Amino acid sequence: MNPLDALASLGRSVLLMLAKTGQIALFAGGAISHFFRPPFYPREFVNALLNIGWLSLPVVGLTAVFTGGALALQIYAGGSRFNAEAVVPQIVAIGMVRELGPVLVGLMIAARVTSSIAAEIATMKVTEQIDALVTLSTHPMKYLVAPRVLAALITVPLLVGVGDIIGIAGGYVVAVQNLDFNAATYLQNTVDFLEMKDVVSSLIKGAAFGTISAMMGCYYGMDSGRGAQGVGRATKSSVEAAAILILAANFVLTGVLFSV
Amino acid sequence: MIRMEDVHKAFGSNRVLRGMTLHVPRGSSMVIIGGSGTGKSVALKCILGLIKPDAGKIFVDGKDATKGDRDAFLARFGMLFQGGALFDSLPVWQNVAFRLLRGSLMRPQKEAREIAIEKLRRVGLKADVADLLPAELSGGMQKRVGLARAIAAEPEIIFFDEPTTGLDPIMAGVINDLIREIVTEMGATAMTITHDMTSVRAIADNVAMLHDGVIKWTGPVAQMDHSGDPYLDQFIHGRAEGPIEAVR
Repeated sequence: MNPLDALASLGRSVLLMLAKTGQIALFAGGAISHFFRPPFYPREFVNALLNIGWLSLPVVGLTAVFTGGALALQIYAGGSRFNAEAVVPQIVAIGMVRELGPVLVGLMIAARVTSSIAAEIATMKVTEQIDALVTLSTHPMKYLVAPRVLAALITVPLLVGVGDIIGIAGGYVVAVQNLDFNAATYLQNTVDFLEMKDVVSSLIKGAAFGTISAMMGCYYGMDSGRGAQGVGRATKSSVEAAAILILAANFVLTGVLFSV
Repeated sequence: MIRMEDVHKAFGSNRVLRGMTLHVPRGSSMVIIGGSGTGKSVALKCILGLIKPDAGKIFVDGKDATKGDRDAFLARFGMLFQGGALFDSLPVWQNVAFRLLRGSLMRPQKEAREIAIEKLRRVGLKADVADLLPAELSGGMQKRVGLARAIAAEPEIIFFDEPTTGLDPIMAGVINDLIREIVTEMGATAMTITHDMTSVRAIADNVAMLHDGVIKWTGPVAQMDHSGDPYLDQFIHGRAEGPIEAVR
């Protein structure tokens, strides 16, 4: 194989990635601009609030409670190697609030919400429902994209807050029931150790991850190819992109929010 | 009323429209026929601005269709899509009254529902389908709902994209009759694209044959059988032999 071919192939991939990044940036800018420009669609917004926020509560709660419980067991087992079993409440709290809560909720939202938005919008596209919206004088960005992204921006931080609390509660139950921690002391240590900055950073991450999740679902849905394969590819790509961007954004935000 | 002048549109290397020129007079019913993939749907979408032509001009009432207030422009149109394109998440009446529930044509919900039910009756559906979801309807009923939605805001211009595709001959006849009646009654200008020659004869005042991205023949439906145009003759008689290659 000619080495120049490999270089050309690499160059094409880089150009494609840059083009895609530009398209997503323009799409995101367009979507956000529709937050502020009438007409608004309150019914679509309320539906999106319910779908993204309320209906995600069970999956977020279950994810958080099992993670909090497992975290307590791990820290206890690991801490016992150097007689530090007592740090379980503090590490569960900081681990859940700063890192695991936002990231796991973000990833669960990517799995549940991003996929659903992408599949719905892509199906609308291949069945000409998006064209129908336009002919009915309704801007698809305004009607489909802006309400979903705004709803995710508002509800995912709340879900992260709920996930943090449930995760800490999961750790508390395991620690008190299985590891013989004193209930009152556990709660006291948790409350004393957490700082406002931890909670705020968790909510900021939630807002960023929610925006990313909804935006990727909408972008890949609107960008879908034809037929069932197009819908499938759009759904898969949206979840991949959302998950990777959430993890990358988490790294960046952690660096920015907790830089020493 | 609608004038397309030398409109070109390509998708990559596939040149779909190669200089399409067509005039649709006000109040007339124009049917565009032609094989699959010849650009009939693209032509309609270019007029509506859903697809941007690469070259050429499109005028509606003498005004450039790409300029001016887009909402006001689209408010003049109604469209029946090939697959209905009904919104799955909305009940039938909200699909029909979609335009009347939001935007510049917004009415109170009760009034919009009444108009929707009246339009459903106009296309032969009972009021009890109003609260069903589109998925609960048969294909023929979905077409009727699509038709009711297209006429709900009483547009001046109505586009019908393959209105009888996928329907049995009796239901196709019913839809053809409805289209003819509604267009006449509303005095609307209609553009229909179809392969169905029964539809053509039922709906059309004028016919245009699109092939290789250009209009090969256009004229009144009464002259269609004696046009002398080899492309049109082959198409309307469904012959495999002729200037149109059977395998595309």
